[in-house]
Amino acid sequence: MMNRIWLGMILIGMLAAAINPNVGLDVVASASVSAGEQAVTVAFGLIGILAFWSGMMRIAQEAGLMRWIARVLTPIGRRLFPSLPAESPAMGAVMLALSANMLGLGNAATPLGLKAMEELQALNRNRTVASDAMCTFLALTTAGVTLVPTTVVALRAAQGSSDPTAIVATTMFATTFGTTVAVMLDRFMLRRGHR
Amino acid sequence: MILEVFAVISRWAIPLFILAILVAGLIRRVPVYESFVAGAKEGFDTALRILPYLLAMFFGIAILRDSGTLDAVLSLFAPLVEPLGIPREVLPLAILRPLSGSGALGVVSELMRTHGADSFIGLLASTIQGSTETTFYVLTVYFGSVGIRNVRHAVSVGLMSDLAGFLASVFIVHLVFGAALS
Repeated sequence: MMNRIWLGMILIGMLAAAINPNVGLDVVASASVSAGEQAVTVAFGLIGILAFWSGMMRIAQEAGLMRWIARVLTPIGRRLFPSLPAESPAMGAVMLALSANMLGLGNAATPLGLKAMEELQALNRNRTVASDAMCTFLALTTAGVTLVPTTVVALRAAQGSSDPTAIVATTMFATTFGTTVAVMLDRFMLRRGHR
Repeated sequence: MILEVFAVISRWAIPLFILAILVAGLIRRVPVYESFVAGAKEGFDTALRILPYLLAMFFGIAILRDSGTLDAVLSLFAPLVEPLGIPREVLPLAILRPLSGSGALGVVSELMRTHGADSFIGLLASTIQGSTETTFYVLTVYFGSVGIRNVRHAVSVGLMSDLAGFLASVFIVHLVFGAALS
């Protein structure tokens, strides 16, 4: 997918540059130089703050904060995943993966998510069709519930914002709304599918 | 009133979060200093790992922008979205966000560089980036790992929630920052 989009961006841009009398094809060379400079500036600007949050998150992980959130969320989990037995390893894995996502633990979230999918697959009756629990789990994961959007805060700081954390509350609002819509839509589709 | 509540949450969320992590570490007897340094090393790698993705995206954006293509396409869509309070500049972000997380990060970075991190567009782009996920990446990797071929309604639900998050971002950024910036 990204292959086609990227190729499309470049080819369409080059074609437009060639036929646009005001620009000409030399924008391609200047774009390669400016893109290189910009990528280095942004990535290097991110290093310090991203490293800081990775360090903090390592402490959180070793202190068992993820497990604690998973435990607190389990009563909600029972309502969201009625098809999973309460004490099953699948329920545990799903809640753990969702907690890692909420904390924005990029390095832990994907492996835990894949582990959860494995557990859900073990309970799945048809091995090529997504189960109800899988659909709900993916709805929650793709909605992207995040407590603190650390990467964006880091990027804002790197881009010279005078108040990098100004967007924390607005982000919480938007992500909560998106997640609510995802859960309600998933509910609706599951009900319709079983009728 | 709403503005103050949001400002208070934004100001306190991160200090409290850091405090909670440190207190949890203290209670569970985590060697906080060593853990922090070990984790920070990983963050260093993450920043360098996304450099090639940012480079690819900046190159694509630069060509589209400098050739005049971006302006032409966005002016086509402007009459459809601007009456709704959606600046045309964030449309590429809305399209790219579900497809590529680092690509979208490149777009956000570019928008902040052009318009300023604390401008309306900068704040809106930050909120959109933080509140939605890379839907297609998650679906591909998660379902692919266990061999699911029929994903049922997962794609439509994922995309609808991205759209909901996008619209909610537009609404809330207008509400919280709109008056102060205009």
